[in-house]
Amino acid sequence: MNNSIQVKDLTVQFGHFTALEKINVTFGENRIYGLLGRNGAGKSTLLSAVNNRLFPNEGEVIIDGERGMENDNAQGKIYYMGEKNIYPDGTSVKQLLRWSRDFYPNFNMEYACQLAERFQLNQKKKLKSLSTGYLTIAKLIGALASGAPYTFFDEPVLGLDANHRELFYQELIRQYSEFPRTIVISTHLIEEVSDIIEQVVIIKDGRILLDRPVEEVKQMGYMVSGKAADVDAYCAGRQTIGEDQLGNLKRACLLGQPEEVPASLDISAMDLQKLFVQLTNA
Amino acid sequence: MRFNFESGVPIYLQVARQIEDAVLSGAFPEETQVPSTTEISVTYQINPATVLKGMSLLTDQGILYKKRGVGMFVARGGAEKILHQRKKDFYDGYIIRLLEEAQKLHLSKEDVVRMIEEGQTDE
Repeated sequence: MNNSIQVKDLTVQFGHFTALEKINVTFGENRIYGLLGRNGAGKSTLLSAVNNRLFPNEGEVIIDGERGMENDNAQGKIYYMGEKNIYPDGTSVKQLLRWSRDFYPNFNMEYACQLAERFQLNQKKKLKSLSTGYLTIAKLIGALASGAPYTFFDEPVLGLDANHRELFYQELIRQYSEFPRTIVISTHLIEEVSDIIEQVVIIKDGRILLDRPVEEVKQMGYMVSGKAADVDAYCAGRQTIGEDQLGNLKRACLLGQPEEVPASLDISAMDLQKLFVQLTNA
Repeated sequence: MRFNFESGVPIYLQVARQIEDAVLSGAFPEETQVPSTTEISVTYQINPATVLKGMSLLTDQGILYKKRGVGMFVARGGAEKILHQRKKDFYDGYIIRLLEEAQKLHLSKEDVVRMIEEGQTDE
């Protein structure tokens, strides 16, 4: 498949620790992906491997039909807004943006400056003097303005206040609408992106646990609540993925569609975050 | 427009519903342009494909129509179509559920009728 990033049988080990084990995933053209996983699941390792920032032990990354490793042409199509600060000490915001412009032919400096103004980010400041939130802002401005066909956001709202998070999501969608591109967002704030992403990829313990369209994922399960005995009776023989109890009141999370639910039980939808928590617990 | 992200109703259906409500209330009169997919997506932080799916539903039903190069417009008779469909849905969505809930609360038919009458005079 051209116009996609294909990760094939990717294995990454750090000493004896296997961070990724035979990962297969495709990031298709002009779609928005949510890459979800608990801390240490392997999200950043996967993104780093795709971006040639670390060498996998096995497997490969194919970018638009080309091998991605050690390939400047292929890597020039990807902008990775990473968690880690890879810039030298003393780098200013302005230098970060100029560096992005020099490396990415479609980088839009005018737009980057507009964003800096809207986020009230002083471009003269050194990256290391910025607060967590403003360091994130500096990096995400580079990513939003990059014009790269593949843009990876790793924790794009880390430290951002609610106003700035909303501004970021709105700019992300505006950019995507005007210049469609492939976007991958790795985040812990699942509900905030659940209506922005099209496809959900969940990583657990270095493996892909789930890779499906978000609409399908939201229909994967439901919750029933009511008297514990009634809930237990309903759950018997059905696939339960979690439950909690408050006195005699019980709530269970089930996979599948509700069927013949007795009137004594209440049914509610399971949102993406609840499903994620249940699937990745333990 | 308001979206309830936890209701379990798919977002594209909610998008369609919200546009319908705006047409019914007269906020989007017939033969006028409705907000673009991008405007709705950006404002409510919803994937543009989802918004488009909701709008397509309304074009399929003849409630909206597309003017090439301009945008989407409310069709003539659009409000009437929505009203007709909503009345049909009213029975399934409200009356049946009302009776189920009434049963749970041990309310008799007379109780329910009385409450409806009370509710009407309150207005």
